Amino acid sequence: MLRKIRILCAFLCFALITLLFLDFTGSIHAWFGWLAKIQFLPALLALNAGVVIALILLTLILGRVYCSVICPLGVFQDIISWIAGKRKKNRFSYSPALTWLRYGVLTVFIIALLAGIGTVVALLAPYSAYGRMASNLLAPLYQWGNNLLAYWAERANSYAFYSVDVWMKSIATFGVAVGTFIILAILAWRNGRTYCNTICPVGTVLGFISRFSYLKPIIDTEKCNSCGLCARNCKASCINSKEHTIDYSRCVACMDCIGKCHKGAIAYAHLHKAATPEKKEEVSQARRNFLTITSLFATTTFLKAQEKKVDGGLAVIEDKKIPNRANPITPAGSQSIRNFTQHCTACQLCVSVCPNQVLRPSSSLDRLMQPEMSYERGYCRPECTKCSEVCPAGAIRPITTADKSSTQIGHAVFIPENCVVNRDGVECGNCARHCPAGAIQMLPSIADDPNSPKLPVVNTERCIGCGACENLCPARPFSAIYVEGHQNHRTV
Amino acid sequence: MNKKEINRRKFLKILGASAATTTAALYGCKSENNTAVAGSTPGEVPTDQMTYRINPKTGDKVSLLGYGCMRLPTISHSSARDSNDDIDQEMVNKLTDYALAHGVNYFDTSPAYCKGRSEHAMGIALSRHPRNSYFIATKLSNFSPDTWSRKASIAMYHNSFKELQVDYIDYLLLHGIGMGGMEALKGRYLDNGVLDFLIEERKAGRIRNLGFSYHGDIKAFDYLLSRHEEIKWDFVQIQLNYVDWKHAKEVNSRNTDAEYLYGELNKRNIPAVIMEPLLGGRLSNVPTHIVGRLKQRRPTDSVASWAFRFAGSPEKVLTVLSGMTYMEHLQDNLRTYSPLLPLNDDDKAFLEETAQLMLKYPTVPCNDCKYCMPCPYGIDIPSILIHYNKCVNEGNVPKNSQEENYRKARQAFLVGYDRSVPRLRQANHCIGCNQCVHHCPQNINIPKQLQRIDQFVEHLKQGTL
Repeated sequence: MLRKIRILCAFLCFALITLLFLDFTGSIHAWFGWLAKIQFLPALLALNAGVVIALILLTLILGRVYCSVICPLGVFQDIISWIAGKRKKNRFSYSPALTWLRYGVLTVFIIALLAGIGTVVALLAPYSAYGRMASNLLAPLYQWGNNLLAYWAERANSYAFYSVDVWMKSIATFGVAVGTFIILAILAWRNGRTYCNTICPVGTVLGFISRFSYLKPIIDTEKCNSCGLCARNCKASCINSKEHTIDYSRCVACMDCIGKCHKGAIAYAHLHKAATPEKKEEVSQARRNFLTITSLFATTTFLKAQEKKVDGGLAVIEDKKIPNRANPITPAGSQSIRNFTQHCTACQLCVSVCPNQVLRPSSSLDRLMQPEMSYERGYCRPECTKCSEVCPAGAIRPITTADKSSTQIGHAVFIPENCVVNRDGVECGNCARHCPAGAIQMLPSIADDPNSPKLPVVNTERCIGCGACENLCPARPFSAIYVEGHQNHRTV
Repeated sequence: MNKKEINRRKFLKILGASAATTTAALYGCKSENNTAVAGSTPGEVPTDQMTYRINPKTGDKVSLLGYGCMRLPTISHSSARDSNDDIDQEMVNKLTDYALAHGVNYFDTSPAYCKGRSEHAMGIALSRHPRNSYFIATKLSNFSPDTWSRKASIAMYHNSFKELQVDYIDYLLLHGIGMGGMEALKGRYLDNGVLDFLIEERKAGRIRNLGFSYHGDIKAFDYLLSRHEEIKWDFVQIQLNYVDWKHAKEVNSRNTDAEYLYGELNKRNIPAVIMEPLLGGRLSNVPTHIVGRLKQRRPTDSVASWAFRFAGSPEKVLTVLSGMTYMEHLQDNLRTYSPLLPLNDDDKAFLEETAQLMLKYPTVPCNDCKYCMPCPYGIDIPSILIHYNKCVNEGNVPKNSQEENYRKARQAFLVGYDRSVPRLRQANHCIGCNQCVHHCPQNINIPKQLQRIDQFVEHLKQGTL
């Protein structure tokens, strides 16, 4: 019964969180956006004390149900492990905890977090790992499915579905997502929850707390006949059936063992006697897993860039190239690049919901996989605040459209050599026409001659850095006007 | 084993027999099928009922339906102007054969049509028929200033003979007179002596009829007609339909009422060839309640048939051109003119009322001729304007967010916009360089319209309408 409740809750959480990453219309977020915000690490980074305390209390009462129900990466591993279990029954066995590895990784993680090394944080954080798999591997499939529906809808003259662009946002992040998927799939296939109990920093923290949880599975030694069935079905490998002990730091309260025991010797209850024998752990074959991880991390997948199609009777449109920005641009609501990089767990949620193809994971080493903005495919539209609505980690704080329209995240820089007015000798002014802040004016290039070609002049005090000018600039591949990010955002 | 073989033989026999009967049955059903399935269309297309008009100079019996060759089908089943695909020559042949078999004998092409492939394709299709069974009309399309020289213009003229595989041309037109005003007329035909050359060619019999097609600046039209005594125009091609008859200025301030144009020709006894009888399709794809209105009056007639009857009714009209891509269009038009049922005064008043109703819809007067294309900055101008017009006609251009169907209309406009026009080719990329403006035969201020549509889209997107 307990197991069934756990599976039902886990399934719901997992499905809805996955949908958060897939749904590009924003309707799921309105109802279930909180599921991302109750994830442990994002809540911690957002300094969301309420959620963190609630999760600690939950663990103190029920054990690591967080890992079994709320964490999408945990449930993902359970699914893989369940499939593997279909092929081979009773495949697990007890193994001692790799405490040195667990605490070592946790230490590294905390140091990285404090030092602001986002890459390490993003690689290790469970929710981020799941997010990048969902947004890099699953979302394209979902979008292609949607595009197929849109194709049919178009033929049925319906406007219910519209097609979306599926594009490679960052090869590096895609590669990491593939790597994460392969490693986790192999670990889960072979040994269930190895990742959660050796690498995952959240698992280590919650594991520490869950030792003291009020309710936990207890083996009744009087009923137990030491058949070892529970241990062979424990995906956390934490039941030592010979000694009738359970390592509660690794038990994720999945309740599988309770149902498996023929003798009814395991119960989910409060342990009355304080006699919990402390165990010394030996280093064992689990080290191999760690080595597998590091070697597999090196694999990256390169995808061929999609070939561009050219329509007939239409001029060829060259793809825009990313200008060399001295500072990255971060979304309005992130307050400053520092605040952003410190809080961001690189979960890719904002990247998946950005409807204007502005946000994409960074490829630069110091901010690997953390999102940044660029305007080759679209610009940060004034009516949209989606990223700020979904961010669970407080990296992008909620912002209204009104506040956004007066928040300066960068400023536009004009490059006269690229401008079509100079290059093609035509009239333009598309940047000025589309500037939502009215920061660009077209002025004669020769001050005394009102008939001389007009070039844009940027009032950097009014510019908010939305990128409308850069995106809609006809100059290709490099725009004649581009946005330079600001270290600190401010109100204009 | 033996049994099996017999079975197989039997099976093949049955298969052959059934295939034959199905085919026969299908052929047998064909005429009934037409009435049964089409429902609104009255039976088979007659082959011997076409209305003909007599060319007063040559005595040519010209079919009232003329085949316009600017929208030939391509292998991807769209019109050749829209795609880079090859022209579907097999289909062109089929359409040509069908048109000839049903009485059409006037084929109008140009070196510019279908990205320059129309003359060649029509040459192949028509050369399969006796030369005296059709009239070919083509044009001297020296629009581009680098073909304004006498040499280049005459080379273009000679190339038409080669492409069309003929040694004389029945109807030759100066193409698009009035586009670019008097200046272009002088540069293309007058100052370089090309008009004189063509008059000589007519004398030599290589051109049977000489005329011009007119768009735009009325000065050019009046000027060429003022020289009628000297040049003797054999025909003139004008834009005429029931909206342009009295309301050309309302559609487009620089156009001239067809009533005036036709009147001027009638006065001088010059036959008129009619183009744009459907106003670029805008008189066949009309708002729903106009469809209802036309259908109520004549339930079995198509919407387009009204426009064709209007264009064909004036006596001095020699032929009415329709650029037909699909067999269904050809068949519908053949029905309308086999024979023509001329409009009576009631019908004319009814269409005038209809025209006034149509003018209430603020569509952009784009006829999708694609002369503006390609835009050097990659914008798909006609697709944007046509999407806008479609939404106007379907009531999907809300005036403000308080309107009853605002949400539905917004979704239809924006989703349809992305479907009709790729993002990078949408109106927000128009930089206003104005290079397209002088290409437009309808004198649409394209950048202004695009920027207006862009602003509307912005209002819809931002929800600030």
